[in-house]
Amino acid sequence: MGYRILVFVKQVPDTQNITGDAMTPEGTVNRAALPAIFNPEDLNALELALELKDRYDAEVIVATMGMPAAAEVLRQSLYRGADRAVLITDRALAGADTLATSYTLHCCVKALGNIDLVLCGRQAIDGDTAQVGPQIAEKLKWPQICYVEEVRSLENGRITAKRTIEGGYEVLSSPLPCLLTVVDANSPRPMHARRIMKYKRAATASELQKRDPENADAAIAALAADGLLIEERNAASLGADPGRIGFPGSPTKVKQVMSVVLTAGEVKQVPATEAGIGELMHELISDHTLG
Amino acid sequence: MGNFFKDNADLQFTLKELDIAEIVRLIEQDFRYSSAYDTAPRNIEDAKDNYERILEVVGEIAADRIAPRSSIVDAEGPKFANGKVDYHPLTLENLTDLRKAGVMGVMLNHRYGGLNFPVSVYTMMTEIVSRADGSLQNIFGLQDIAETISMFGNDEQKDKYLPRFAAGELDGAMDLTEPDFGSDLQSVRLRAWQDENGNWFLNGMKRFITNGCAQVHLVLARSEEGTSDGRGLSMFICEKCPQLVVRRIENKMGIHGVATCELQFNDVPAQLCGKRRLGLIRYVMSLMNGARVAISAQAVGIAEAAFREARKYAAEREQFKRTIDKFPAVYSMLSSMKVKLTAARALLYETTRAVDLRNNYSQLCDSGEATPEQRQLSKYYGKLASTLTPICKAFTTEVGNQIAYDTIQIHGGTGYMKDFPAERFYRDVRITNIYEGTTQLQVVAAIGGVIQRDLDKRIEELMAIELPPHLAVLRDRVDNLHKKQLAAVAAVSDRKDSEYHDLVARMLVEMETIVFVALLLIRDAAKCADRAAIAQRFVIDGEVDFYAKYAKIMSDDRLLARNNRDIIDY
Repeated sequence: MGYRILVFVKQVPDTQNITGDAMTPEGTVNRAALPAIFNPEDLNALELALELKDRYDAEVIVATMGMPAAAEVLRQSLYRGADRAVLITDRALAGADTLATSYTLHCCVKALGNIDLVLCGRQAIDGDTAQVGPQIAEKLKWPQICYVEEVRSLENGRITAKRTIEGGYEVLSSPLPCLLTVVDANSPRPMHARRIMKYKRAATASELQKRDPENADAAIAALAADGLLIEERNAASLGADPGRIGFPGSPTKVKQVMSVVLTAGEVKQVPATEAGIGELMHELISDHTLG
Repeated sequence: MGNFFKDNADLQFTLKELDIAEIVRLIEQDFRYSSAYDTAPRNIEDAKDNYERILEVVGEIAADRIAPRSSIVDAEGPKFANGKVDYHPLTLENLTDLRKAGVMGVMLNHRYGGLNFPVSVYTMMTEIVSRADGSLQNIFGLQDIAETISMFGNDEQKDKYLPRFAAGELDGAMDLTEPDFGSDLQSVRLRAWQDENGNWFLNGMKRFITNGCAQVHLVLARSEEGTSDGRGLSMFICEKCPQLVVRRIENKMGIHGVATCELQFNDVPAQLCGKRRLGLIRYVMSLMNGARVAISAQAVGIAEAAFREARKYAAEREQFKRTIDKFPAVYSMLSSMKVKLTAARALLYETTRAVDLRNNYSQLCDSGEATPEQRQLSKYYGKLASTLTPICKAFTTEVGNQIAYDTIQIHGGTGYMKDFPAERFYRDVRITNIYEGTTQLQVVAAIGGVIQRDLDKRIEELMAIELPPHLAVLRDRVDNLHKKQLAAVAAVSDRKDSEYHDLVARMLVEMETIVFVALLLIRDAAKCADRAAIAQRFVIDGEVDFYAKYAKIMSDDRLLARNNRDIIDY
């Protein structure tokens, strides 16, 4: 019996290619103006999972929580080699912070069952928190290895991985099941031509519903028969507690989002003497820049 | 994140406007494959969607992975020691990326795990890869080897090799040239002999073999003892083995990334591919014609890279307080380069269309299922493809050279230095009008079709396209050139002087090219208004060139034929 590897991925606005209208006048992210892309480090996590599949007998399941349109990153995962894809989508999940998100995703791990390994990208480029992966592990009461560069081995119920740390790396071993967060240390494989030709028709039931409401049932049945129906889960089917998901489950409240433009300000000459440096240090400590 | 397909408006226009429905129906057997293979398209739109998606994948790999590696690959190249070729690690990474994208068996049938794409789309990939790294095309383009086995091999050979080619596990080489015979392939000497059990063995030398370190070789060899012409040659398949020795790799001017090998065959075990005696006249001609299209695409790809580099440099470089692209001397060069590049691409994909139709109708005829009408079409497209292929190779590779030359000129002294890629494009493109038949040999291959007027039916179709007045004026000017071309062809034929005929052949082929390409560009301008200026410029420049040649031919100047020797010997 092979390993079951679950990779959590996220569709994010492309913050690499910011245009003028990337922020709304209210100071929030204008998602409509930014193209939606596969979160880069999630691609690294997927690549690591697929490498494990190449090396060991494994099934790679990809799941994402998001809007119905997030099915696109699932299709891209299938093009790259994933075996199965799950979309977690529900209006009740909207407004989730990292606590509610990690709770929901931990429910997904439990609902899918028998998962040996959960892989997440280190962080998403829209929030940059790096909290979701570790929080999922906490809620599952699983061991976790963060900032993983590569997996050395996956044998006898244990995983050994190399993780990056400040100024070097360390190699850790953990029993399974285990959660890893993955850094940008591998080169994600390109999408595979024949898989694109096969899986480009893969869709969720709600996508089919939206495309052609009248004939949706037949279309869903046909796609399911071809093995191309992307599974959809909502909060209820994950067995999630309504009070711990979405907006109600999120203690983080955004007070204000500011668009900070850094410009060169006042220039101050500091004499290169003990006294000069001492005075500068004093000033930085007193205005809380340091300390 | 770059993309060499999505950033190329002309290439996208070409794919969108490609008249491909007939080809797709033939290649997908009226979409019957879709019931057996989940990767096969269900209709024409589905197929075109596949083509576009996969071109985007190749475009991304080319831009983000291959192109950034290309200058190091050029500087360091493969290594050769103890009879073994080691490709540069970055070349290997390029091949791994392409293999992982599943584009190493683009034209192979679904049943072998290929994509079953037409030559036209494969050629677009070739162009995109060449833009990123000209030398990588020489390995990527060897998919033609698998295609040749697919066309002429027996079932056992196909089952043995093709799935592994499609998976990217095997690479190929075509071993034709020998130390003494390059263009003159009918004199090939490498000997194929049989033991008492009928097993074949190959013995002799081959030279200038691209990727000669490959695992699977198609070898042209003399199987019929006592013969000395092309009809004594057969094609063989052999595999890398201790008896097949790489003696050295060449130190070349360009395309450094690929190993060009000298091979020694010491009784290498081999299998006959196809029938005896048809090696050169049927199989290798087919293989070479495929390769000529691929080299045309290589030239267009390198030219695309060169033009972009020239344009970028001219827009950044300031002299006399202005960027140099503001000077007429420079911008007129840039626009001329762009016209040539667009013209070359238009001819390339008109050619691949004919090749696709020829291949598919001829396969239908071979299967015995063709209607009399389809047999007729097979014959027609056969002629069209065999005239267009050498015309295309000659035009695109010469134009590619001109564009790379001008790219250095626009860079000035900087272009002569190794710090910029301009000089690499110039070195890389220089082989394209030499190998797979020099331009001079393409003229030999094309002139018969020009004299026989093989393109006239297609020219007539292009002339008949309904046009807005400003394009109709252009078309009438080209119509005038066409009439003069007919007169020039008649004049040359009437002289019945074979040496004179050979002397003016290149002029006639180039005049034919001007007429034909002008009509293609006018056709495209009718589909997209922004292209009118390109068509206009091509016609204006083309007329000057055409009339100069026309005047020379119609002057009936006997000196043209007689005084060459006096001049050379002075």
